[in-house]
Amino acid sequence: MNWHAVAAIYRFEMSRWFRTLGQSIASPVLSTSLYFIVFGAAIGSRMVAIDGVAYGAFIIPGLLMLSILNESIGNASFGIYFPKWSGTVYEILSAPISWPEMLFGYVGAAATKSFLLALLILATARVFVPYHIEHPFWMLVFLVLTATSFCLFGFLIGIWADSWEKLQTIPMLVITPLTFLGGAFYSIDMLPSPWREFSLFNPVVYLISAMRWSFYGSSDVPVEASAAAIVGFLLACILTARWMILSGYRLKR
Amino acid sequence: MSQPSTPNIIEIRGLGKTYANGFTALKPIDLDIRRGELFALLGPNGAGKSTLINIICGVVNGSTGNVLIDGFDHVMAFRETRRRVGLVPQELHTDAFETVQATASFSRGLFGLPANPAHIERVLRDLSLWDKRNERIMTLSGGMKRRVLIAKALAHEPAVLFLDEPTAGVDVELRHDMWQVVHRLRESGVTIILTTHYLEEAEQMADRVGVILKGELILVEDKRTLMKRLGQRQLILHLDQPIDAVPESLADLPFELGEHGRSLICTFGGSESDGQTLDIPTLMTRVHNAGLRYHDLNTRESSLEEIFVNLVRAQA
Repeated sequence: MNWHAVAAIYRFEMSRWFRTLGQSIASPVLSTSLYFIVFGAAIGSRMVAIDGVAYGAFIIPGLLMLSILNESIGNASFGIYFPKWSGTVYEILSAPISWPEMLFGYVGAAATKSFLLALLILATARVFVPYHIEHPFWMLVFLVLTATSFCLFGFLIGIWADSWEKLQTIPMLVITPLTFLGGAFYSIDMLPSPWREFSLFNPVVYLISAMRWSFYGSSDVPVEASAAAIVGFLLACILTARWMILSGYRLKR
Repeated sequence: MSQPSTPNIIEIRGLGKTYANGFTALKPIDLDIRRGELFALLGPNGAGKSTLINIICGVVNGSTGNVLIDGFDHVMAFRETRRRVGLVPQELHTDAFETVQATASFSRGLFGLPANPAHIERVLRDLSLWDKRNERIMTLSGGMKRRVLIAKALAHEPAVLFLDEPTAGVDVELRHDMWQVVHRLRESGVTIILTTHYLEEAEQMADRVGVILKGELILVEDKRTLMKRLGQRQLILHLDQPIDAVPESLADLPFELGEHGRSLICTFGGSESDGQTLDIPTLMTRVHNAGLRYHDLNTRESSLEEIFVNLVRAQA
């Protein structure tokens, strides 16, 4: 393993994050705080509890996922797209780096950022809404798995995209709607048929459900199904990334 | 595992590149680069020079053939080959927000080497970048950015350095500084493959020359041999009195008039004369016997640039 290269890429990506703290941390924390203020503190007090959980606390796992998914994809896709756009990717391609090392460096840094951001959002949520975490270990496991798999997904988007517009297309037009419709603000049990059944085809449902289970012990879908879905998605992303890097798809001319 | 040293540090066999749209950028090429030499790869824009370099360095996938670097296959043993190679690309691709020192250290790490601040300092000092080490690259001039690219390529102490038009857009002073660096690298045993449009640089520095045209390597030769074989020499006699035509007694010699009859020019050598040489004393005697008197003479030889232009025109 070329650990020096992994460390170099990791440090480079982390320093980029620290260089733009306002955009990297303040912006997602602020927008999530606004959700907590509006839906948690203001409207939440007038909403009925769901599955015995106060509405303000109920939306925390969903809001956490909303931020993590967007930040993971945004960070990781930019991390590889920008060198492609600026041309500096030549150095990565000409260096003795294998595909797992590229992933460790780029995706590892992006996942670290997402994980730290998640902890910050949880700390911020505590200011507005009281909550507890029933399965803290599994919460961390799901957090790491979700952050890693969606950072990988973002990395794939960064390789695939050949314009700034395409870089934004999937996060804005696919991920955000799926998250809003994936039970971030409600339980899918509250939906009438057939929307409830349709929702089961939304992969984000499984992520939010698993996170909600780790917080409150109740979930829309069995937690085993959620775990399988996340691991399956992770593996699919790894295999796709492997193919893209080895073939040079949209990396090499 | 270390491979036995061979005279050639790079061996290219049948290397070609055809893009998905059918365009052939590089016809199958065979080429050996000798250890420690400075090889100048010449060709007009779009000839395939950068494509060849980028395939060897792993930036572009080749369609056919293979490359051995120090005995290692550049695809199967990419770690071994890429550690030995440094690339200075033609375009100014830099991380605008990074500092000079940070970006050079980053490059060293990418190539699998532990941090070595002393080496990075030496490289930056050699390239007159040490004073700029804490400045962001975006604040530097184009010439300084070019130096940064060279520093990045040297950060991992490569055995082979590819310089793809390294002096493009660089002012005269910086260019001279750069060539001093190249001289030092060569003296330290680094093999250098250079492309440049400043052919006088290649003429001064290269050991061997390769000419690539329309994706085809049409010539590889020792520079001196090439210039002797394809270059022409001229003997110019400045006459005391102008003449209207070359005297009959000299008609068998390659003489022509210049300066409206005030000079007599004898051109010899080059491919068209099939390596023809002249017996200068005999020639001077015949000029004298023809009744011509001269007050000065000078000689000149074709530059590499003239040879290159003639080659390109002949192939057009």
